[in-house]
Amino acid sequence: MKRYNATLLVLFVLFAIANMWAQDWIRTGTGLGVEKVRLAVPDFKQVTSDASAQSLAATFNVTLWNDLQSAGIFDMVSKSFYPLSVPGAPQEVHLNDWGNPPPNANMLAFGNVGVEGGALNVQGWLYDTKNPKSPQVLGKQYHEQPTNTNARLIAHRFADEIILRLGGGIAGIAETKLYFVSNRSGSKEIWQMDYDGANQTQLTHMGNIALSPHVSPDGTRVAYSGVTKEGWQILMYSLELGRPVSFQHFGGDNYSPAWSSDGQTIAFSSSRSGNTEIYSVSSAGGSARRLTESKGPDVSPTWNPKTNAQIAWVSGRTGLPQIYTMASDGTNVVRVTDQGYAVSPSWSPNGQFLAFAWVRHYGPGAPGASDIYVMDIASKQWAQLTHEEGRNDFPSWSPDGRHIVFQSSRGGRVQIYSMLADGSEVRQLTTAGENTQPNWSFK
Amino acid sequence: VLSLKVEEEELKLTRSQWIRIIVAFAVVLAVSACGKKKVASAPPPPPPPPPPAPTASLTANPNTIQAGQASTLTWRTNYATDVSIDQLGKVDPSGSRSVVPTESTTYHLVAKNDSGTQEATARITVISSPPPPPQTSNESDAQLFSSNMKDVFYDYDSYDISAQYQQVLQADARFLQQHSGMKFTIEGHCDERGSTEYNLALGDNRANAAKQALVQLGISTDRIRTISYGKEKPFCTESNESCWQQNRRAHFVYQR
Repeated sequence: MKRYNATLLVLFVLFAIANMWAQDWIRTGTGLGVEKVRLAVPDFKQVTSDASAQSLAATFNVTLWNDLQSAGIFDMVSKSFYPLSVPGAPQEVHLNDWGNPPPNANMLAFGNVGVEGGALNVQGWLYDTKNPKSPQVLGKQYHEQPTNTNARLIAHRFADEIILRLGGGIAGIAETKLYFVSNRSGSKEIWQMDYDGANQTQLTHMGNIALSPHVSPDGTRVAYSGVTKEGWQILMYSLELGRPVSFQHFGGDNYSPAWSSDGQTIAFSSSRSGNTEIYSVSSAGGSARRLTESKGPDVSPTWNPKTNAQIAWVSGRTGLPQIYTMASDGTNVVRVTDQGYAVSPSWSPNGQFLAFAWVRHYGPGAPGASDIYVMDIASKQWAQLTHEEGRNDFPSWSPDGRHIVFQSSRGGRVQIYSMLADGSEVRQLTTAGENTQPNWSFK
Repeated sequence: VLSLKVEEEELKLTRSQWIRIIVAFAVVLAVSACGKKKVASAPPPPPPPPPPAPTASLTANPNTIQAGQASTLTWRTNYATDVSIDQLGKVDPSGSRSVVPTESTTYHLVAKNDSGTQEATARITVISSPPPPPQTSNESDAQLFSSNMKDVFYDYDSYDISAQYQQVLQADARFLQQHSGMKFTIEGHCDERGSTEYNLALGDNRANAAKQALVQLGISTDRIRTISYGKEKPFCTESNESCWQQNRRAHFVYQR
């Protein structure tokens, strides 16, 4: 089953990318390339009548809809096509009303929300409208403290259950987090938010400059770079303790940390030798191992999360920065981009693609801006995802490999946006201050 | 006995001071009385009264400078119809001007009208070589450092030091050799174009290129720290080449 799922994902992304080769503009009617499941999601019925239940039900319904819509694998049936009476429980479902036009849905998600005995209770079902004998795909119950945050959390969990069932066994991302840099407090600090931009929270309070947050694969720590009395150092913030914790300091300037997907090793850039080079060090600390040796700047490593046997990074060894890959011991260096100004690589969870920022035609008077590209590493074929709307940089893959978060100046000030990995469904996630360098959690 | 003697001496001193003060008073009184007499003996009012004799003052601030530095001359006159300073020619009745004398100079002001002439002088002393550091206070060292150490500027996406800035670094190195106690930081900076992380690395390469050049000119490496600020702390925030050029630099900052 797992192998089948992996194959499905590869096919899915390959198909999407195959449509893009050799053209700068992508126009695909089917989004990511496979036929999408038509999913109907009527608002969950409110079964208790107090005011708090009403606002919690509203939060739940909006969150569930947005999660499913942004998953990239559903064709959400417009609510205007729904029957007048919507079900809140299995006995109220009339499958034919949903499976036939006008809704013509393949799947129906429904349920109820209530507050009783000081608890927020949610029951949710997923029904296959074309299988009247045994329609239930999923049935779930949730009980939490009746808070807005929990209404969102339950919606995320139920959405992820649906996505897991209908999305080829790949877990949804509704419970994932984004880490980023914001200057809204007056200095550049590390912030956290939900994958959909909700619950934006300041983590660090350095009052100086903090950059390049990268969360550990287990989601317990955030590595970042900050200016200290000893220059730039790799710093560590514990999400469990809610405060910075110590990490080894090194000579020179040290920045752009990247976790291997097993959480064992951190690759980073250091100027201790008088040149910026890529090093790796155990995430428990220890002596760092030098991986590159070139005169030019070397920075921004990213691990192949599938194998942890390769690292992609940026090097200015031949002039303008280009993307390179190497084995994680520093051998077998291969140049990936052949022109322009290429920076900020992020390796896709399946190990097959690199997303990066590229000014492809670089030079005075040349057309083009910094845009987000995805490259198939084996074939070196690439597709352009953003199209000269401001300066776009720092792409980061979602753990399901279907989404990319990035920064863009398209609206004037730099903000964080997410999109599907084919460039569609762009959503702005931040608005306050300037927000940069988003990093998507591993799970 | 000893303490008594001291008191006596103090007493004597006080007496002699009194005498001096009284003499001074007498002189002042005599002078002012003379002045009054003069005014009293002036021509009678009916014809247009001739202007009083001009008054004039001239000061220089600072009055001691190093060669190449500027001092400000300030003068004030009253009733004068014609005011000139020997070295500057005809000037306004009152004013100030910045001067950069190459050697010690006595500036001579002459203020004239029909009733008379008044002169004033101010001397600026020029010290040819920098004075030995009289007070080694950190502030003056920091000022000395920042007025002597010239920054290095770079081409786009480059950390190579051009011939022009090799010469700048040679002058910087001479200064550092004359002030061997000074420690400092080289900050690497970049313009706003390009990516945050790559610019951090580029800034480090710029700072280190300047450091290596100074080390080759004989400056000890343990006097020098480097840090990159990438494009995080620009000197100039406009989006044009003249501004970007200002930001592509290795900037010297005095430490101690």
